[in-house]
Amino acid sequence: MTTTAGRKRYLSDNPRYLAALFMSPAVIYIIALVGFPFVLAIVYAFTDISTGNPELDFVGWETFRRVLADPVFREALWNTFLFAVIANVLVVVLATALAEVLTKDFKGKWLVRFLVLLPWVAPVSLAAITWLWTLDSIFSPIDWVLRELGLITENVYWLGRPASAMASVIAVHTWRIVPLAAVIVMAGLIAIPSEINDAVAVDGASSWRKRFQVTIPLLAPIIAVAVLFGVILTISDMSVVYVLTRGGPTNATQVLSTWAFIKGIEGGALGQGAAVALFLLPVLIGITAVVLRLARRREVL
Amino acid sequence: MTWQDTDVPALRRRAERRHRLGRFGTYSAAILFAFFAAFPFTWALISMFKESSDLYVKDNNPFWFNEPPTLEHLRLLFLDTNYLTFIRNTVVVGLAVTLITLALALPAAYALARLRLRWGERLGIAIFLVYLIPPTLLFIPMTRVITNIGLQESLLSLVLVYPTITIPISAWLLMGFFKGIPMDLEEQAMVDGHSRIGAITRVVLPLMFPGIIAVIVFAFTLSAHEFIYALAFNKSSAVKTIATGVPTELVRGDVFFWQSLQGAVILIAVPLALIFNAFLDKFVSGFTMGAVKG
Repeated sequence: MTTTAGRKRYLSDNPRYLAALFMSPAVIYIIALVGFPFVLAIVYAFTDISTGNPELDFVGWETFRRVLADPVFREALWNTFLFAVIANVLVVVLATALAEVLTKDFKGKWLVRFLVLLPWVAPVSLAAITWLWTLDSIFSPIDWVLRELGLITENVYWLGRPASAMASVIAVHTWRIVPLAAVIVMAGLIAIPSEINDAVAVDGASSWRKRFQVTIPLLAPIIAVAVLFGVILTISDMSVVYVLTRGGPTNATQVLSTWAFIKGIEGGALGQGAAVALFLLPVLIGITAVVLRLARRREVL
Repeated sequence: MTWQDTDVPALRRRAERRHRLGRFGTYSAAILFAFFAAFPFTWALISMFKESSDLYVKDNNPFWFNEPPTLEHLRLLFLDTNYLTFIRNTVVVGLAVTLITLALALPAAYALARLRLRWGERLGIAIFLVYLIPPTLLFIPMTRVITNIGLQESLLSLVLVYPTITIPISAWLLMGFFKGIPMDLEEQAMVDGHSRIGAITRVVLPLMFPGIIAVIVFAFTLSAHEFIYALAFNKSSAVKTIATGVPTELVRGDVFFWQSLQGAVILIAVPLALIFNAFLDKFVSGFTMGAVKG
């Protein structure tokens, strides 16, 4: 900034004023529309506010007690955890493999990339609609194939039974997040300096050894980033469950986000809805800690 | 082992075999991934042209047109439903969100990338962390706020709220793009007598074009994708976006208009995938720019 030192004609040339001028609109916008509702969410959880009674009457931990006593809530909490863990383990494995395929050159790559991107770029609720139809109780093409192969005689009724409904929700989450995670891992693969690959090739390491002893350790931080995105997307997204099962059958696939929506918006119990959603906070704080650590480690490097 | 002992043809054969095996692996993995990714969309694509008397027969081959294909369901979709309204709403919201996002995120990203603020690094991370507070946590109080300021049942509610999601990510992305532009360029412009703002608008912004495109794509994608706010704020058909309109309006009671529904999905998903496919390399490089140079 030495070049401007001798020639300060504009107030905006002063980095300090300019920084304030440039940062404040974004910061104010975010504080007003994220910070304020965030505080409000916490306040709501300690009141019995509802659409019928919009007064902020503080009831202490009563709302939480009532939420916790609800068996549906406990099921939703467990499902949220289960869905996020299983889906993201699958995502890591599949996305790393897919990223490796997509960084190679082959015929028809354009088409493969196009098809592979579809689950991610289609709006979630619309992608879920195609699955709702694919898993239809009567006309599911999967059931038709299984029937033709003689593997089943009666339809599976995918979304009608607790176990298969849960498996379906997990599969759809995985299916949707793999493309994004693969793109992130791809960015990491491309960033690996070619000298390293050359050195490994000269040393004559087999491709499997290279994969597990060189590539994957180097990719670990960026895989962690992909997992962070994946976890946030699975625990905070409600459209997959809302469109596929609405939490059913009998709350078997209920998750925190859908339960908060059903309680808070459809049921009008704003306080309880806010309290349910707040249970995502510990998970998010955990994720935040990991992100900060990663950010700091990058500085060390 | 010295080089005289080396059986060169055998080694070459082995390398060749390994190479061919690798190619085979790549192709089969690519086909497998493409198949699973596209499967429900393929089924949707076939369904949207099927006659009801063909589709709703349990033992008919679902992948074959047992009766000639028909455009009837697409006609229904465009003429008898609010599909076009949903698309128009999505585009209007996307446009407004893009403008707000650029107006606020561009300066913020510039300040973070260039002005060497004492608290710059921390602020940068704080902005990124905002992204970790998902709508799921905020939608209940946000719905109250929107109702209290009288914006429920209007597109304005979405225009106001969506930038809270797009600004943090865009500021982060644009920061990477700014860092990719050499500082010398604007210093030279300032030496030539431009003010700092003049140097930014005349020299730096034109070079930010790829970053701005990324923000536009991101804002439109969000407007098409976002579900929870759109569902909580707006219940009347005239102000729904495609994400909420298609799943809630193309169902009458318990009767799904399956073919029209699938048509609605395909006509959105395919263009979006084409756009993303075209920009994918840019995004990957943009992402690494933010990550490596950040």
